[in-house]
Amino acid sequence: MTRVLIVDDHRLFRSGVRAELGDSIQVVGEAEDVDSAVRSIAELEPDVVLLDVHMPGGGGQEVLRRVLGSGSQVRFLALSVSDAAEDVIGVIRGGARGYVTKNISGKELTDAIRRVAEGDAVFSPRLAGFVLDAFASSEAPSIDPELDSLTQREREVLRLIARGYAYKEIAKELFISVKTVETHVSSVLRKLQLSNRHELSRWATARRLV
Amino acid sequence: MADQKTLAEPGGGAPYRRMTRPMEGRLVGGVAQGLAAQLRLDPVVIRLMFVLLSVVDGVGVVAYAVLWMISPREPYEGQPPARDWSQLAAFSAIGMALLAFGWLTGASKGGIGVLPFAVGGIGALILWQQADPERRKGWVSGATKSIRKNRARTLLGVALVVGGAAGFLAIEGQLAEAGRGLLFTAVVVGGLAVIAAPWLAGLWKELQLERRERIRQEERAEVAAMVHDSVLHTLTLIQRVSHDPREVTRLARAQERDLRNWLYQPAQDADATLAAAVRRIAAEEEDAHGVAIEVVCVGDVQLDSTGKLAAMLKAARQAMVNAAKYSESPSVSVYAEVEGEEVTIFVKDRGKGFDLDAVPPDRMGIRESIIGRMERHGGTARVRTEPGEGTEVMLTMKVAKE
Repeated sequence: MTRVLIVDDHRLFRSGVRAELGDSIQVVGEAEDVDSAVRSIAELEPDVVLLDVHMPGGGGQEVLRRVLGSGSQVRFLALSVSDAAEDVIGVIRGGARGYVTKNISGKELTDAIRRVAEGDAVFSPRLAGFVLDAFASSEAPSIDPELDSLTQREREVLRLIARGYAYKEIAKELFISVKTVETHVSSVLRKLQLSNRHELSRWATARRLV
Repeated sequence: MADQKTLAEPGGGAPYRRMTRPMEGRLVGGVAQGLAAQLRLDPVVIRLMFVLLSVVDGVGVVAYAVLWMISPREPYEGQPPARDWSQLAAFSAIGMALLAFGWLTGASKGGIGVLPFAVGGIGALILWQQADPERRKGWVSGATKSIRKNRARTLLGVALVVGGAAGFLAIEGQLAEAGRGLLFTAVVVGGLAVIAAPWLAGLWKELQLERRERIRQEERAEVAAMVHDSVLHTLTLIQRVSHDPREVTRLARAQERDLRNWLYQPAQDADATLAAAVRRIAAEEEDAHGVAIEVVCVGDVQLDSTGKLAAMLKAARQAMVNAAKYSESPSVSVYAEVEGEEVTIFVKDRGKGFDLDAVPPDRMGIRESIIGRMERHGGTARVRTEPGEGTEVMLTMKVAKE
């Protein structure tokens, strides 16, 4: 069973998520701000933290910075109402393994949590769109070609996510296994977190993440 | 939104007070202390200034007397505290020493000739004192205020130094007689300035406050109008149609989109670029049919004049209408991509799908409005669907890159 901590400053939303999550997920606690989140994560050691992006006291990025900065291996799935590119790219660059919007259905959220718990990445269609945009071919010289560009396959996978395909549908479409789809997405996540591409740096700089 | 912090005036909004002579800590009459408080300088600086000016032809004594007369005593409860005799002695000693020095070197005999040095010295004193950041911080609370005031005081110091230098030059040019008259004029004008300053400063400050308040009011009015026209209105509507979940969802969704655009999206001209146009069409169809339409755009392109993209947008709209109306899918995904010269739009639902071959020939929706239209304008349209598998419409169009 996956042990989950919900971090969100809206009580109504926390209880809503709690009610919606399936039986395979155990909610071990809730936190409502940065400090209580950092404390609860250290105490409860959940498998996955559902992390709100906008919170008093620095928001999700501050939680990521403090928890991951202390060497913790806990996995984060960011959850937000915001679609703003710098928010999305910001938390992913901060170390979250996935980003979904709050209007996601209970079943999809359960899937996403399971995936993050297993060490894979979860991209919403919009995040996939941002990544495609950020990695679109440009004339800027690249320092590390391996990190600064996507492979053809990764691009295809992202494009299908952006088109609204589920992982299973992507696997069927590309004649590959779901596991391979997950591998591609994880690889994109790694590039997203480590690449120094100009567009990503710009977003990161705007959020003072560098 | 207006920052709440700006509501409170930094450093407390105490207007300039009139100069008063405090009883506590006074050495003679409290004039130096009162003046120091007024100018936000250290009393020691003011005292040294008076001593210096007194050594030179007794100007300081006259100025002191004038200020003593025009400034009221600060109200004090009970027995007035005793003077600090040791400090007074120290200042007197400095004065005597200077006097002796002036007499011995013959500087005092130069009469007015020493004045420039005195004025310059006072200016330097003020400048030196201004340069000490620790003290500056202590005197003036409120960052913005301190900058303005410090500048004023620095200016005063500079003016005094320059005045001293100019005076020196004037002496060299044997304009000593005029100089004395000028000095007394300066003392009188200075006294008047000290009296009038509180009133002028208060007036200036009031004007600033009023301006800031007005800006804040305007901002608040704009937010209030936005909340009233949209959010409150929608909430009222939702209560009235609470029996119809579909309508409630539609209203909530439309409101969410509005607010989101207001908060996050830069103002876009929907008639100018493809991405903005796709977003607008999706919003319109979402409103019309009460089905959530999620839009993701990658890249963008200016709408062309050949009408190719306009046709493509019409086809995309028809695809969205079909998905929202007939698929019974709770949501529709729209993905628009511009890559090089190729523009692609995908409209996908997870609804019931249908058998493409079984669509009767007279149904115009797909054949004419989507496929036919795209082909007439040199593009292609593909429809992928199967009963129970949902539907995806893919539109592709080549445009010349400008």
